[in-house]
Amino acid sequence: MSETLFKIFRGERAKGELCGYSVEVTEGMVVLDAINQIQARHANDLAVRWNCKAGKCGSCSAEVNGKPRLMCMTRMDELPLDKPVIIEPMRRFPHIKDLVTDVSLNYEINQQIRPLKPKPREADGTYRMQQKDIERIQEFHKCIECFLCQNVCHVTRDQQVQEFAGPRFFIRIASLAMHPLDTLNRLKELKDVFGIGYCNITKCCTEVCPEDIAITDNAIIPLKERVAGAFYDPLALLWRSLTSVSK
Amino acid sequence: MQNSFQIENPNPSFLETSRRDFWWIEPFFTAIGLLAFVIYSTWAAFQNEHYQWESYLSPFYAPLLEYDWWPFSPAFLILWAPAGFRLTCYYYRKAYYRSLFLTPSACAVGGRPQNYRGERFLLLFQNLHRYFLYIALVFCVILSYDAYISFTFKDGLGIGVGTVIMTLNAVFLTAFTFGCNSLRHLVGGNVDCYSCVNFGHQRYQAWKFVNIFNMNHMMWAWISLFWVGFTDLYIRLVSMGIITDYRIL
Amino acid sequence: MESYEIKEHDVLVIGAGGAGLRAAIEASAQGVSVGLVCKSLLGKAHTVMAEGGMAASLGNTDPRDNWEVHFRDTIRGGKNLNNWRMVEIFCREAAERVAELEEWGALFDRTKEGLIAQRNFGGHRYPRLAHVGDRTGLELIRTLQNHGIHQGIDIYMECCIVELLKEEGRVCGAFGFWRESGQFVVFRAKSVVLATGGLGKIFRVTSNSWEGTGDGHALAYRAGAELTDMEFVQFHPTGMVWPPSVQGILVTEGVRGEGGVLKNSEGRRFMFDYIPDTFAAETSDTEEEASRWLSGDPEARRPPELLTRDVVARAIRSERLAGRGSPHGGAFLDIAGQRNAELIKRKLPSMYHQFKKLGNLDITTTPMEVGPTCHYMMGGVRVEPETTMSTVEGLFAAGEVAGGLHGANRLGGNSLTDLLVFGTRAGFHAAKYSREQSDTIEPSKQLLKKLEKLALEPFDPERTENPYGLMADLQETMELHTGIIRESDEMEKGIELLQALKIRGERLHVEGNRQYNPAWHYALDLRNMLCVAETITLAALKREESRGGHTREDFPESSDSLQKVNTFIREVNGRMIHEHREREPMPEYLKKLMNLPLKEG
Ligand SMILES: Cc1cc2nc3c(=O)[nH]c(=O)nc-3n(C[C@H](O)[C@H](O)[C@H](O)COP(=O)(O)OP(=O)(O)OC[C@H]3O[C@@H](n4cnc5c(N)ncnc54)[C@H](O)[C@@H]3O)c2cc1C
Ligand code: SF4
Ligand code: SF4
Ligand code: FES
Ligand code: FES
Repeated sequence: MSETLFKIFRGERAKGELCGYSVEVTEGMVVLDAINQIQARHANDLAVRWNCKAGKCGSCSAEVNGKPRLMCMTRMDELPLDKPVIIEPMRRFPHIKDLVTDVSLNYEINQQIRPLKPKPREADGTYRMQQKDIERIQEFHKCIECFLCQNVCHVTRDQQVQEFAGPRFFIRIASLAMHPLDTLNRLKELKDVFGIGYCNITKCCTEVCPEDIAITDNAIIPLKERVAGAFYDPLALLWRSLTSVSK
Repeated sequence: MQNSFQIENPNPSFLETSRRDFWWIEPFFTAIGLLAFVIYSTWAAFQNEHYQWESYLSPFYAPLLEYDWWPFSPAFLILWAPAGFRLTCYYYRKAYYRSLFLTPSACAVGGRPQNYRGERFLLLFQNLHRYFLYIALVFCVILSYDAYISFTFKDGLGIGVGTVIMTLNAVFLTAFTFGCNSLRHLVGGNVDCYSCVNFGHQRYQAWKFVNIFNMNHMMWAWISLFWVGFTDLYIRLVSMGIITDYRIL
Repeated sequence: MESYEIKEHDVLVIGAGGAGLRAAIEASAQGVSVGLVCKSLLGKAHTVMAEGGMAASLGNTDPRDNWEVHFRDTIRGGKNLNNWRMVEIFCREAAERVAELEEWGALFDRTKEGLIAQRNFGGHRYPRLAHVGDRTGLELIRTLQNHGIHQGIDIYMECCIVELLKEEGRVCGAFGFWRESGQFVVFRAKSVVLATGGLGKIFRVTSNSWEGTGDGHALAYRAGAELTDMEFVQFHPTGMVWPPSVQGILVTEGVRGEGGVLKNSEGRRFMFDYIPDTFAAETSDTEEEASRWLSGDPEARRPPELLTRDVVARAIRSERLAGRGSPHGGAFLDIAGQRNAELIKRKLPSMYHQFKKLGNLDITTTPMEVGPTCHYMMGGVRVEPETTMSTVEGLFAAGEVAGGLHGANRLGGNSLTDLLVFGTRAGFHAAKYSREQSDTIEPSKQLLKKLEKLALEPFDPERTENPYGLMADLQETMELHTGIIRESDEMEKGIELLQALKIRGERLHVEGNRQYNPAWHYALDLRNMLCVAETITLAALKREESRGGHTREDFPESSDSLQKVNTFIREVNGRMIHEHREREPMPEYLKKLMNLPLKEG
């Protein structure tokens, strides 16, 4: 058993400072345990979100030593404990208190995405889908909405672009666009409303995703290719206009 | 539809971060690697000599297009194609946006403040990557043919160290090209329901096949980049007489 | 008195887990105005953690399955204590509710024919659980969430309900506060649906999330509704036991469904020694038969690892007491010896991830150490099976907070389907009820004032009690005195201790202000936790037999006379009244199902 110093951002509405707390480290402990220990022993009102403590709900997102992570899935023995452990809230979102930020923006973006519009059922009342048709999107459905990718993406974090949905919602749109039952074409809004062109595929979203979803490679790049095919491929455009004239 | 999403926090300033690991190592070495290649290849293309030895031909000059009306190095007649292919490759884009443009240089490190427009406006040409892919596929054939030719020597069939190097060059370039994201899209990625379309199963298999290379696209990008430069260097040194090609068979 | 924000709806749904979301969607489809409140962010409710799957007799994987066998299995698993009418409705409607999710975007794993694949689970005769790897709950909640946000429902996130409002014998809304600002809010509604989930957090070792504090049970109880079967808490046999900080985190039953076996420190598959008579006919008695079953032989009987949860949990405990436990006091669960690494990673990805990350262990090569963990509350608000209305006018309940469906023991996978079937019914009937009411009743000023005072008491600087300390003591008390194995003296002591804790609960003190103050949230949760802890202990003390999730050291056998009765608890003039009442006998056509000859081949 040993003691380690934690420095936690405390304050309200982005005004605050790093406060030091000493934590007793035990075997197998994760960062969230340390936070809970600090709450119980030193700072009753330290604000933090968490639910499951098993990496399933995506509530406990924060920046640990500057890296966006889930606190409940960050083991203390991964961190250098000779230096203080720095815990800050996600920087991208409006700050509320201590480690809690206002993530409601993400819910608003999600609201803009048109829901699945499925084709009709088969005659026997079922839907037939083969495993190979859905395995690609099943990966996207693993998302636990921790919003770490939304937080780290430089397009909004640094560059403050407003017309940009962000990686979490690109995988959601990908999961609809590649859905074997979906009947909508989502490429125009992807380009114009959700701003996929702002993504410069630098893959920070993929780097931080706790569910190991290959966000950039499996969702964003394929979507970019689809958008390219629909809007930026001169020969394809020519071909389409020729065939539509001849019809 | 509403199309702007409000942001309130001040943005992190340039290079600001709480990260305490050596996050700058990767962009640093990436930048060095990319710049070194650009400098060497430009220099080699300008040389306009020592690109051939016996049946060996430097990939910077393949296919060899020598015309009277062209006053410069023949390399420039072809180099735009592989250069454009790599320049618009999704992996290289990531690499230079990070290490050269610094948008951002590493994750959760403040990006370069600029009038950021992503891959829109000027950078829309990145969407032409698929055309460079078509050409690159032709180059894979050409370089394979050159590799095949490199088995022929004045005294008949044989294998020299240069043969091996050129063959590997063709292999690495093909592995890199087969992992291309545009290829992945074309062969099957654009299909939503494999069991609903014609040749769905074949397209699924083809997509799976491309995925294998795509997963290590970054690795193939670097291996093939290094090797193409190395191939040129080897042939150059041999033709300059600085080293002699060793005949294995 | 502060001025409150006031929100008005026809139907107010409290809880946005599977049950709450489904209820809100249904109510909204009936054309009434719906408000949906949840304590945490949308999509983070407990349902997101469910792993294994949801049971519905689709008959895709094994065509011999139908609602009748599902009925039989559920009642058997519930040790005959279930409300049979609820079970009947449940089994008949399950398949339709699951199929409907596909239309909203859910992607279950598929069979070769392209239909929803089903997996084996404890107590289910046939493979019956529609699943998505081991993250079925996530798929369920995300599907409902993404469908629900387009149905015109008003969603109030991070809003905690402190008390139900009741006037003239009818529920007329709820009183709560925004966690972010600490400001109060009054919801006025013609009917209220409780879908607040479970109460596992009153135990120390639990698979439940922070939210499982039994709020709904306590809200209903204080509103005068009757609770039923409160003694029946399910302890899941396989929770993680090591390292200490992850103790209790669930290891899905899917591991055993996919072939995982339990072994003791001597390497013996001990479950063969614990097969109860009722299940002997359909459980394999040799390892050879069990492995034939795993390779898909329809003639072979199920391995004993897939016996119901109560049986397995007790077996693990007995092995440990006999000195054959694993190094950290559990048993070994081995899937590595049964399946290849590729299949394990595909079928159980989050288990692989969870152990790798938290336990430093690769489950494709090494056995896991597991032990019992508090998991699910069978008991809850007593509801009318058809309408899900409680004994209080206008108050409905669905999901884990409602009681009756699962009897003495819930079968794995029956909960997620429960959320859908009774969530739908609750939403439908609450909307219907609301339409029949001419007007919303206004809550009185005194009532609101009283609630405001009560909620703010913990800020009183005279007080001293630390909510975190009290929480830990409550969990320890329940673990020791009303845990897996119960005994009358222990429980009587437990009741005494709970009284002492309640007195401490009246002295709770929190520091800081009202903005996002977790200590304050805990202080208010504790009021509910102490209340439900008492009902559980009382109900457990009074049931002098062992049955399902309730095991008495001093009464190890099941009693025939107690089989006929269910427990009911309600508040009368501030006192907790306990009662055993007989169930209506099962009608003939259902009784026949209990002895259904199983079609083989
Ligand atoms: C680890 C784990 C695995 C499981 N696996 C399975 C499985 O494989 N199959 C299966 O069938 N079942 C499984 N279960 C059980 C099942 O997940 C739960 O029983 C079910 O999800 C409960 O759903 P619910 O809708 O009733 O409530 P919950 O999902 O618990 O939701 C409760 C909601 O109520 C809200 N709430 C609570 N109190 C208040 C308050 N005071 N004010 C406002 N809002 C409040 C919460 O914010 C939340 O939104 C599992 C459970 C666990 C813990
Ligand atoms: S890859 Fe695109 S979406 Fe992902 S972090 Fe980078 S810029 Fe943002
Ligand atoms: S994609 Fe990954 S990082 Fe982004 S919200 Fe989902 S789980 Fe989190
Ligand atoms: S608490 Fe649920 S992911 Fe960390
Ligand atoms: S994406 Fe790299 S070559 Fe096409």
